[in-house]
Amino acid sequence: MSLQALTYLVVGASFALYIGIAIWSRARTTGDFYVAGKHVSPLANGMATAADWMSAASFISMAGLIAYLGYDGSVYLMGWTGGYVLLALLLAPYLRKFGRFTVPEFIGDRYYSRAARIVAVICLIVISFTYVAGQMRGVGIVFSKFLEVDVTWGLIIGMGVVFTYAVLGGMKGITYTQVAQYCVLIFAYTVPAIFIAIQVTGNPVPQLAFGADVTGSGVALLDKLDDVVTSLGFNQYTAGTKSTIDVFCITMALMVGTAGLPHVIVRFFTVPRVRDARISAGYALLFIAILYTTAPAVGAMARLNLIETVQTGPVGAVDGNLEYAERPDWMRTWQATGLLEFEDLNGDGRIQYYNEANPAFAEAAKAHGWKGNELVVDRDIMVLANPEIAGLPNWVIALVAAGGIAAALSTAAGLLLVISAAVSHDLIKGVIRPTISERGELLAGRVAAAFAILVAGYLGFDPPGWVAQVVAFAFGLAAASLFPAILLGIFFKRANREGAIAGMLTGLVFTYGYIEYYKGLFLKWAGAPWGENVASNWLFGISPEGIGVVGMCLNFAVAIAVSAMTAAPPANVQALVEQIRLPRTFDEGRL
Amino acid sequence: MQDSSITSAHRAYWRANLRLVAACLVVWFACSYGCGVLFVDELNAVRIGGFQLGFWFAQQGSIYVFVALIFFYAWRMNRLDRRFDVDEE
Repeated sequence: MSLQALTYLVVGASFALYIGIAIWSRARTTGDFYVAGKHVSPLANGMATAADWMSAASFISMAGLIAYLGYDGSVYLMGWTGGYVLLALLLAPYLRKFGRFTVPEFIGDRYYSRAARIVAVICLIVISFTYVAGQMRGVGIVFSKFLEVDVTWGLIIGMGVVFTYAVLGGMKGITYTQVAQYCVLIFAYTVPAIFIAIQVTGNPVPQLAFGADVTGSGVALLDKLDDVVTSLGFNQYTAGTKSTIDVFCITMALMVGTAGLPHVIVRFFTVPRVRDARISAGYALLFIAILYTTAPAVGAMARLNLIETVQTGPVGAVDGNLEYAERPDWMRTWQATGLLEFEDLNGDGRIQYYNEANPAFAEAAKAHGWKGNELVVDRDIMVLANPEIAGLPNWVIALVAAGGIAAALSTAAGLLLVISAAVSHDLIKGVIRPTISERGELLAGRVAAAFAILVAGYLGFDPPGWVAQVVAFAFGLAAASLFPAILLGIFFKRANREGAIAGMLTGLVFTYGYIEYYKGLFLKWAGAPWGENVASNWLFGISPEGIGVVGMCLNFAVAIAVSAMTAAPPANVQALVEQIRLPRTFDEGRL
Repeated sequence: MQDSSITSAHRAYWRANLRLVAACLVVWFACSYGCGVLFVDELNAVRIGGFQLGFWFAQQGSIYVFVALIFFYAWRMNRLDRRFDVDEE
């Protein structure tokens, strides 16, 4: 069977599975629609959370990103896992005890204020749409590469599938689909990784191969990599180029942002008990860690593979570089997609791949008769081309396509659900029409989900920046707005309405403004970005990716100061705080 | 409406919880920001197999510690819940 037919078959089968699950687990009540009736087992919720969490960016782009960034890529590895510790220790059990449907609902009740709830809804919608735009784009890219359909058509098919199971099944449908999607994506990620690990080091466990010797050389993989990349003028792989404060702040913004993302938090509303929420966060991170500890190994091995393919002999030797005519098949395939480009600048018929931006290396390159870097490789190829580089059978390639789509769809569905819940439950039921019937609210939820999918599709069609970058900003916004409000709501009984609203607005406006100023997000039409995005311009040397930490500190400071200067929360709110701190409910009538 | 249902035992439970959370967060900070970011250069002088230790913490070790921390916290909290008789039935 041809690769394309096989890919259609595997992807089609996975879609049939997702839709089948959605029909089986249709939502009948608003409880089903928002929180899957709170019947999800901690293990299943862990898998669903992992699938929800690992987006197109994690699956497709992260290993490639790390392959090029080396040590600097650690910010993503630590940042996108460490937040679960905060979630398990500081938020999830208490929000589960609170026991309602949405994050804005907690903020509205805890801060006894509709205004606070509306501010939380605004934060949630900005964060979630920023994030979902990236996912829809990812769906489109995978479709266009593997199924050879237009990016736009890929988007439309992806929207149709998400529409079916998110609108029909709500949280219940999404949860069980995500369990299936986790299995597909982790299998698709680890199988090629194991084969590559065997090829490069002889050790089948990627996490161990990462620290093992390269087959036949007696030199450790990372030492060899350091050696090879520096010989071509690149920065040493195991050393960073970012300043320590920037690495620190980006990692912190990603971690805190993770804990403040509404679509992640809401997953912990679906388990039956408080103790399930704690252990479920552990399962979620365990399942995430399987991919996150594999990714840096894949990145390192793929980088070494790429360079050794091109640089076949000593650097500078006349026959040290691969002859263009001799290039392997996977290079030919990926050239056709435009994600890999070659231009023979010095006309020697061989491929020179080196860091032409390094002035110290320019002299040597000139002496070798090199006239510039001739090979441009898109980072996203690193994972997608792995099975071909490793010479794996076609079914593995088809599986990787299905895995990439599963990663993007599961995250998109989770995001769309929190958006629709914020509209139907927080805005319509909570503010505009509190008398709405259960059936009416369920219908409103479905309509809002459908509408959100259309907006997401449009944003994916015309995204406000490249995928990973846009996603990174969602974290800064979450860190600066929702996280402090929730944390203070649980751990600081004195925090009141005025403090929370002032804090959230300060954090959101500051962080959004800083990002818009240096990167341009939604205001490109008005001339953004206005400032040149270089380290010397940044506040304390912190890049826009890490500025959420400063926004968070401002939020905390403003919220605490304003709370101290205004009246304490009413007695019933203080009692609510006491109640959410205990797993068992005492004095039932009050909650 | 007063706080009659919240006893001093419940306050002791909360303080014990805060101590446990603080201890876990110290470990969380030390393995990621400590070993992986702030002291990465110093630790890189130490080698474990084919890894420089600081680099290993930044790209592998910190993640393993995070997973272990959550399971440890969940286990200790279950014990704490039972000891103070605030667990769910």
